Amino acid sequence: MTKSINEKETTVVLSKIKDDKTKKKELRIKKVIIFTVVLFATLIVGSFFAIKTTKFINLDDLSSVNNSDTGFMIISSILVMLMTPALALFYGGMVRKKNVLGTIMQSFVALGIVSVIWFLYGYSLAFGGDGNIIGNFNFAMLKNVSLAPSDGLTIPHQLFVIFQMMFACLTPALITGAFAERFKFKSYLLFLILWVTFIYCPLAHWVWGGGWISKIGGIDFAGGLVVHIASGVAALACCIMLGARKGYKTENMPPHNLTLTFIGLMFLWVGWFGFNAGSALSSGTLATTAFINTQLGAASGLLAWLGVECLHRGKPTVLGGMSGTLAGLVGITPACGFVTPISAIVIGIITGMICYVLTTFKGVFNYDDSLDVIGIHGTGGIVGSILTGIFATTLINSDGANGLLYGSFKLFNAQIISTIASIVFSFFGTLLILYIIDKISGLRVSEFEEMQGLDISQHGENAYRLQI
Amino acid sequence: MKKIEAIIKPYKVEEIKNSLVEVGIHGMTVTYVEGFGSQGGHKESYRAAEIAVNFLPKIKIEVVVDDEKVDVVIEAIIKHAKTDPNGSIGDGKIFVYNIENAIRIRTGEIGSVAL
Repeated sequence: MTKSINEKETTVVLSKIKDDKTKKKELRIKKVIIFTVVLFATLIVGSFFAIKTTKFINLDDLSSVNNSDTGFMIISSILVMLMTPALALFYGGMVRKKNVLGTIMQSFVALGIVSVIWFLYGYSLAFGGDGNIIGNFNFAMLKNVSLAPSDGLTIPHQLFVIFQMMFACLTPALITGAFAERFKFKSYLLFLILWVTFIYCPLAHWVWGGGWISKIGGIDFAGGLVVHIASGVAALACCIMLGARKGYKTENMPPHNLTLTFIGLMFLWVGWFGFNAGSALSSGTLATTAFINTQLGAASGLLAWLGVECLHRGKPTVLGGMSGTLAGLVGITPACGFVTPISAIVIGIITGMICYVLTTFKGVFNYDDSLDVIGIHGTGGIVGSILTGIFATTLINSDGANGLLYGSFKLFNAQIISTIASIVFSFFGTLLILYIIDKISGLRVSEFEEMQGLDISQHGENAYRLQI
Repeated sequence: MKKIEAIIKPYKVEEIKNSLVEVGIHGMTVTYVEGFGSQGGHKESYRAAEIAVNFLPKIKIEVVVDDEKVDVVIEAIIKHAKTDPNGSIGDGKIFVYNIENAIRIRTGEIGSVAL
């Protein structure tokens, strides 16, 4: 008798579980249908606007397009695009096995989201109009962006858009190293959208889009302020808001695959030539200067880090060499179009050494900057930006200015002011964004999900298998 | 029948395998394992993080043999697992177990013929 009752009870429970599962499935299907309908509706409305706003190209406007510049800039854009997936590999190798896909995905998805944002309104906010603080919506959905060059450039306006788009994709992806292994993916998507809109676009406008920093004479050749200080300082805000990983300082958290990291770094280095030399916006002498300075900055950063590490720990490490290379590249970025090659070497060495000291003694500050975004991009960006105010010379680039070493205080002051302004803006802006996201959907994965790893808990997949 | 389980340094596995084949052993199981004994571990450094690695990689060899072959096998393993003539810390350990029975799945043979 008792047995049959038990059996009945279990069958009832089982059927309930089944009911729950089918209900959940139905809900999911409904969600998918709603999502698809909304997507298609947006596409139809969007394409309607597109038909209305497309203009025919006037061939006379195209006479100032230079084909060699255009070819060079297309290749540069491709190289910069490569840097985001390279970053995915770079960071992916440095986390633990259970988080490699989650970390790769954070960089990877930026390519999707930021590209679309850039098309919709990002480019317009950063490069539209002459406002001091932010652009306008004149170029939203590339409305007035044709193939004809703008502002005295020799490349099609749309090529400039796509070159800048690659920078916008890379910058938020850089931050992900700071909160590796613990950010909730859905909240991260929200973070991406808000950060690019409210931090990156205004900053890019201040420096490159005709905003106040460019008006006071601050210079940033390829993105020391806009890309590296912005992301490095935002990383600090993220560390403070999210807190350390579970087990930080009590458990071992070694990188799971440094060869993957090395592949990532090499692609970053190659991509950086597009990043820096491409920022000349034309092929020729200025691009060549930036190219050679980039290589020298990276090389001397690599050697500086290895040297200090050897003296400090006794053994040079590959991860150390990679960190030094990155520090050198970051340091030379704002300066590469304004300094002589010998200055590039000095900048690489100084940045490499300062970054080593900061990453080595970060334990003192008690924040968990998991993959050293603050220590390398933040610090390197700040050091590079200030050093630009010292080493820049008009002998190299007549559009630049003379730095401290060449007897002028004006540029140095402008660099200090713009660096501090970028730090303050990015730090407090990011704090506010994270505070809002925390209220909406929470920042961190649950303790159990963190233990499981992001791969399974956030994406339901697994990077490596032991068997078959 | 006895099972001889030897935990050894990874790079010694080929040498030991060859020596066992020489004394007439024609089957074994090898597993990649981690662990520590008196050898302890070593230190690794990743940027700021200095990490004490306690679990060292080792290889576990399992061989099941007839009772009369046990001594030969143990002798061969000891001879070849030593990393220098006097042996050094971390060279490994050997455990010997009693085995109740062995069955060859293909033919259903039972006992030492199944080895």
